[in-house]
Amino acid sequence: MIPINVLTSTAVPLPLPNIDTDQIIPKQFLKRIERTGYGDFLFFDWRYNLDTPDHVEPNADFVLNKPEYSGSKILIAEKNFGCGSSREHAAWAINQYGFLAVIAPSFADIFFSNAGKNGIILVRLSDENVETLMQRSTANPKHVITINLEEQTVTDDQGFKASFEIDPFRKYCLLNGLDDIGLTLRHIESLDTFESKHDHDFWNAPKA
Amino acid sequence: MAAKTLFEKVWEQHIVAEPAGEPTLIYIDLQLVHEVTSPQAFDGLRLAGRKLRRPERHIATVDHNVPTTSAQDRLVIVDQIAAAQVNALRKNCAEFGIEFFDVQDASQGIVHMIGPELGATKPGMTIVCGDSHTSTHGAFGALAFGIGTSEVEHVMATQTLPNSRPKTFLINVEGELPFGVTAKDIILDIIGRIGTDGATGYVIEYAGSAIRALSMEGRMTICNMSIEAGARAGMIAPDETTFAYLKGRRFSPKGEQWDAAVAHWKALPTDAGATYDRELHIDATTLAPAVTWGTSPGMTTTIGASVPTLNDAKSDADRKSYERAFEYMDLKPGTPMEEIRIDTVFLGSCTNGRIEDLRAAAAVVKGHHIATKVRAMVVPGSQAVKRQAEQEGLDLVFKTAGFEWREPGCSMCLGMNPDILQPGERCASTSNRNFEGRQGRGGRTHLVSPEMAAAAAITGHFTDIRKWKDVASTLPPTLPVEQMLVEGGSR
Repeated sequence: MIPINVLTSTAVPLPLPNIDTDQIIPKQFLKRIERTGYGDFLFFDWRYNLDTPDHVEPNADFVLNKPEYSGSKILIAEKNFGCGSSREHAAWAINQYGFLAVIAPSFADIFFSNAGKNGIILVRLSDENVETLMQRSTANPKHVITINLEEQTVTDDQGFKASFEIDPFRKYCLLNGLDDIGLTLRHIESLDTFESKHDHDFWNAPKA
Repeated sequence: MAAKTLFEKVWEQHIVAEPAGEPTLIYIDLQLVHEVTSPQAFDGLRLAGRKLRRPERHIATVDHNVPTTSAQDRLVIVDQIAAAQVNALRKNCAEFGIEFFDVQDASQGIVHMIGPELGATKPGMTIVCGDSHTSTHGAFGALAFGIGTSEVEHVMATQTLPNSRPKTFLINVEGELPFGVTAKDIILDIIGRIGTDGATGYVIEYAGSAIRALSMEGRMTICNMSIEAGARAGMIAPDETTFAYLKGRRFSPKGEQWDAAVAHWKALPTDAGATYDRELHIDATTLAPAVTWGTSPGMTTTIGASVPTLNDAKSDADRKSYERAFEYMDLKPGTPMEEIRIDTVFLGSCTNGRIEDLRAAAAVVKGHHIATKVRAMVVPGSQAVKRQAEQEGLDLVFKTAGFEWREPGCSMCLGMNPDILQPGERCASTSNRNFEGRQGRGGRTHLVSPEMAAAAAITGHFTDIRKWKDVASTLPPTLPVEQMLVEGGSR
């Protein structure tokens, strides 16, 4: 995981609520056993027209195919982003496409967790603030947004400024690019103690 | 001692560490593993040189990818990418010492079917799986939730997960369910009321006389779709129904240990006087069979009603979603649900692929034939369900009526295997998600109960199951079952 603090970038507006992980990465790409290479399949069904089963063409109307938005590192969406399936492939696809942050009024729980494990900053702003940024990025693809994780703020050059909440521990991990398993293993003694007792609780054992 | 909820008891019994300023470290009793969300986790362990801490607290099977057409098609999977993923799980389970129920195993099935069937799922446990429908296991009073692949790896390495404590949400469903109304209709009604993000950040506890009256199958259907309301998990307090289901199963405690286990489980239900962060009370007697009309499980209505209009939208965001859904689903606002014709019927999934679901659907189908041009399939959720159904002759009822009778797996619920909808095809499905493209790109999904799916298969359009006797009497006569079998199930 790469540590991140300040992110300054143009943003891609995707003005839809309840964008589910089936849209972020459709099922057919979940058969792969690799952890990389998902960026090309991000929003596949929206991004490509299917002319024949074997031939896809980019859908020129979809925002990711508009050249003026290429290179953006921030995605803006409406409420409940990432709902549905637990597939971490959704976080991989977003990240591997090049997005480092998503701004929305709310996120689904499992996606929220998956994004954190992949160093993606999820910024929760009010409906009004998201709407303002959505409008500015829609009107002007060159509109630049700055997310400052340390200060927990989102700003732009037109005087927009909003602060966002983030769990202090999640922030600490993002800022330092920390490996989760390593962090847990700091508690190995507690774990060993707990487990040696818990293993006697046969009513909790998967295989009695 | 302070009064506690079911969730609080299970949570507190699994706290390994509570480091200041960090998430709580929770012990995981069981991790279920399947082919799709595990290969990268096993790779991660290998890369870091880590061991799988507790192999005996893992159970694996193949379900998402496997073809359901025939036993032979499953042994030699034509799709090379899918075959490689299934093989990776075989290899990984052997390498890391995980008990694996392969395609031909008598205990194979959808991962959320086999946990309970084996008796691996028990009250008071913490259970995870790289699959959002892990919430199913909450029907037994377990705390069970879906996780991503990084967390799968984390559990493999440590048998724990760092987790922030969710809030509690009581949904009380009181009263007797009207005729024709099922567990599926209860949960679709709930999601319709609170929305697909209505329970984000919460663990739901379902309670009340309508929930108590449900079988384990019905309770699993309800908990299964908790994630569709955004909930971290759904739980139901264990009771005599739970214990009767678990007694004698392969991984259930036996003899004296059984009695001791039941004594522990009986202490799990929420104490009198315990409070929840949020409550919702529903009168079961007012419920009706549900049908979804849109592209999110919250876009649900009842069979007697119509596709909503833009005037029914509660906000600008809703209006935008409605417009998009009308277009994707090719539905005119205001169309009565009963007038919507269907092309395909899918009966199965971890939501409604259990024996009771197949019995209920077979009772509707018996003596009838599916409508012309309708394609209908039954995909039992597990080998055990398939065997049981065949012993009861349900397979013959379905085949005689023109249904395809398949091998167990996730199948058309998500279309990772060859069972998919074609663009524009409309499906009455007993599964859990009606997202755009969920069952196949361009496919249109309507979520319903098994009974409603069966009725739609026969008439070719959504049909009020409460009036099934009247409807059935107007259908053209069918040949006696014996004769239909001789003629190969067609008419």
